[in-house]
Amino acid sequence: MTVGIVMLVHNAFDRAEQVARHWSAGGCPVVIHVDRKVPQPAYQDFVKALSKLDNVRFSKRHRCEWGTWSLVAASQTASEQMLAEFPDVTHVYLASGSCLPLRPVEELQQYLADRPHTNFIESVTTEDVPWTVGGLSLERFTLRFPFSWKKQRKLFDTYVKLQRRFGYRRRIPQGLEPHLGSQWWCLTRQTLSAILEDPDRAVYERYFKRVWIPDESYYQTLVRLYSGMVESRSLTLSKFDFQGKPHIFYDDHLQLLRRSNCFVARKIWPRANRLYDAFLASGEEAQSLAEPNPGKIDRIFAKAVERRTRGRAGLYMQSRFPNPDWENGKTCAPYSVFEGFSDLFDDFEGWLGKMVGARVHGPLFAPDRVHFSSRQRIYAGALCDSAALRDYNPVAFLTNLVWNTRGERQCFQFGPRDNQEPAWFMATDSNAQISVITGAWAVPLFHSNLNFKDIRREAARLQKIEAEHLHVLRSPHTKARVRIWSMADFVESPMEPLQTIIDEIGVRHPRRLTEAPRMVDLQGFGHFLQNLKNQGMQPHLMGDFPASDRQGQVPASPRKPYLVKK
Amino acid sequence: MGAWMSYRLRLQRKRWRIRAFRKRRELSEVANRTAQIKPGDIVAFTTLRNEKVRLEYFLKYYRRLGVDHFVMVDNASDDGSREYLADQPDVSLWGSAGSYKRSRFGVDWLNWLQWQYGHGHWCLTVDPDEFLVYPFCDTRPIRALTDWLDASSIKSFSAMLLDMYPKGPIDAFPYNSGQDPFEIASWFDSGNYTTMRNHKFGNLWIQGGPRARAFFPDRPERAPALNKIPLVKWHRQYTYVSSTHMLLPRGLNAVYDEWGGEKASGILLHAKFLDTFSQKSAEELERRQHYANSHEYRAYHERLKDNPDLWCKWSERYINWRQLEILGLMSKGNWA
Repeated sequence: MTVGIVMLVHNAFDRAEQVARHWSAGGCPVVIHVDRKVPQPAYQDFVKALSKLDNVRFSKRHRCEWGTWSLVAASQTASEQMLAEFPDVTHVYLASGSCLPLRPVEELQQYLADRPHTNFIESVTTEDVPWTVGGLSLERFTLRFPFSWKKQRKLFDTYVKLQRRFGYRRRIPQGLEPHLGSQWWCLTRQTLSAILEDPDRAVYERYFKRVWIPDESYYQTLVRLYSGMVESRSLTLSKFDFQGKPHIFYDDHLQLLRRSNCFVARKIWPRANRLYDAFLASGEEAQSLAEPNPGKIDRIFAKAVERRTRGRAGLYMQSRFPNPDWENGKTCAPYSVFEGFSDLFDDFEGWLGKMVGARVHGPLFAPDRVHFSSRQRIYAGALCDSAALRDYNPVAFLTNLVWNTRGERQCFQFGPRDNQEPAWFMATDSNAQISVITGAWAVPLFHSNLNFKDIRREAARLQKIEAEHLHVLRSPHTKARVRIWSMADFVESPMEPLQTIIDEIGVRHPRRLTEAPRMVDLQGFGHFLQNLKNQGMQPHLMGDFPASDRQGQVPASPRKPYLVKK
Repeated sequence: MGAWMSYRLRLQRKRWRIRAFRKRRELSEVANRTAQIKPGDIVAFTTLRNEKVRLEYFLKYYRRLGVDHFVMVDNASDDGSREYLADQPDVSLWGSAGSYKRSRFGVDWLNWLQWQYGHGHWCLTVDPDEFLVYPFCDTRPIRALTDWLDASSIKSFSAMLLDMYPKGPIDAFPYNSGQDPFEIASWFDSGNYTTMRNHKFGNLWIQGGPRARAFFPDRPERAPALNKIPLVKWHRQYTYVSSTHMLLPRGLNAVYDEWGGEKASGILLHAKFLDTFSQKSAEELERRQHYANSHEYRAYHERLKDNPDLWCKWSERYINWRQLEILGLMSKGNWA
């Protein structure tokens, strides 16, 4: 009553030897298959090193290539030898040279002795496997694959496409239902011998020889014919990454592997001395009968795959530079853009900073320099306030700022006086909350002391820029949360929009707004607009301000009472 | 990319190889121990000039990571670097009295030596002030990385240059031979880097960091490039084009993912800003042997005269590779 180990080896012979000795010392017979591609001297040395152990044998060698029948043939030959030469073997365990036993051999023997008729082999129908390489699952069984996937990828792909186009299908032998699964299994003598001694074996073999990656489907399919006791999981802990190659374990995985309670793990890096020393140390007592629990390892590797395929949203760096629209999030966190607010309100930034739990900056894209919060010269991540440096790549400046301040929402002012380059980026970024009071840029002009000719020219310029910007914000490609008010509408009832915006950002004090920002003096603004019109310019973004200035007649101070809601 | 462009890049690659072949005559063998290089060894390639004070720690650092052999070119040092290196058991040394500038800043010399001794090996091309940090470098030797790259069919590994600086004036803390330079220069800029694609060669062009911030705030386009591809499974047909920023064939420059994912990458910690810097930059300014008329060194010189402190309150203090990975400067990719 014991378990026999069939080992497929093609490199790292010193490690394979170490592991074979470990199994052998634990009372498990070992049959080793060495790839025929291995040069004779290396093979001879390996054989010689293990020749003193009477329960270690070497099987006839096949030339092995990934994804081909040769791997199945190798395991068949070695299994036959195992069954024939070691009559007291009840289970056969298929392992590779880079597999490492993690628990004492007795524990495995005990575990299998308690389940004498159970076959441990992952065996899943083709509809249910999400992990197949190259997107082939059922087609592995119905197409032909004369070309090597590793060496002749183009031919491989073209031939698959061609067969799909012409609807070519191989016939699956009667009675077989295709199953897939990890190639590392542990079968009972009964089941394994039934597979190997089946009168139809030649038929199945002829069929599977042309199936793609038959080592993941041959036993997995046939086991369903002969055994009702299939436990569809592998006793070997083996994780695959998104390209279908196994993850490798290193010294720093020691604790993780220990706690996993798995019997065997693969692949182990051949130079992971600490792992080999720790797990092959003799004298470890069999004690636990715990079930394998690879949950934590699963999570770590799942995360690694996700990092490789989806990455961290909003990160642009040396090894992640997504093409447009492939960013999975253009920035990493929500931020707010205010346009026109600081023109219309005195010290809007100070007020906003008091109201919301967020960092409030001035106009970050202003032409003179970057106006960081509290006028800092250098900000998070050592971003510099130099306008030239920012304008060298304004979008990168923005994504950097949002990335550097993860965990704290950023708000900043923006307007037609600023560098417009990041406008399109912000409009198409679903993290942006953009609130615009159109035409408010005219207020500083209204208060300025410039010659009217210059004011008129500047107003025309700013209006043109803002009109283009609004066009962007209203385009069907816009993903940002955009709110646009004309200045006239906003002045009419400012509290409601402000409340909405601030609620969305997250209020510092979860109450209704009690303190309104102080609006600048608009006395005479309607008249100012009328003057612009008289000069032949059409200021249309502000909305309707009557030239008679009735709104402006509302005195600045009494505004407050009707805003306060108690 | 069309066939025409492809063909032109191919011609360019051949041109660099011919150039490397011709420049081989400037190299004179000082100590050739390349017979020691075994198949599968990891070989470092370096050019230097008057870096004696750095060499002890440089060799120690990379030996500890598991670099098996060092191939170095000494460009006319007179501070004892040559003698020191010639005595090291795992260093093969060539001397060159030729012009650093006209060997394209050492690239031609190294291309030749890589052609000769790098074929089939993982080659690490670093300056004496560059220290490679890669995912898990505190627990796994560099061989683990290259084995994993081999298994993943990846031929080149990117490591951005990260300028490290001390807190306080650059020359306030003397650096002693054998000392870890990052005990002094332990600060860096964490998030002010900008990236652009170079469509011709397919590489990324990264600029920023303290050098852009302090020396080039008004001329950002002149700030030095920080993208580097120092670790390559070498084939004799390959050439570096400009420093280790990019290679030909251009497929080797595809070290970044374009579909949202992250590839594995590392960092080259750059110990440039030590007390040796002011002297060095004055000397280099004198020699005029650096890139683009040494404008970089002129800018350093200007700035260093009045305020040589690169530190600011947003500087990060270096802890380990995990910190760099969290900050988004490098990535584990799918290596776990």
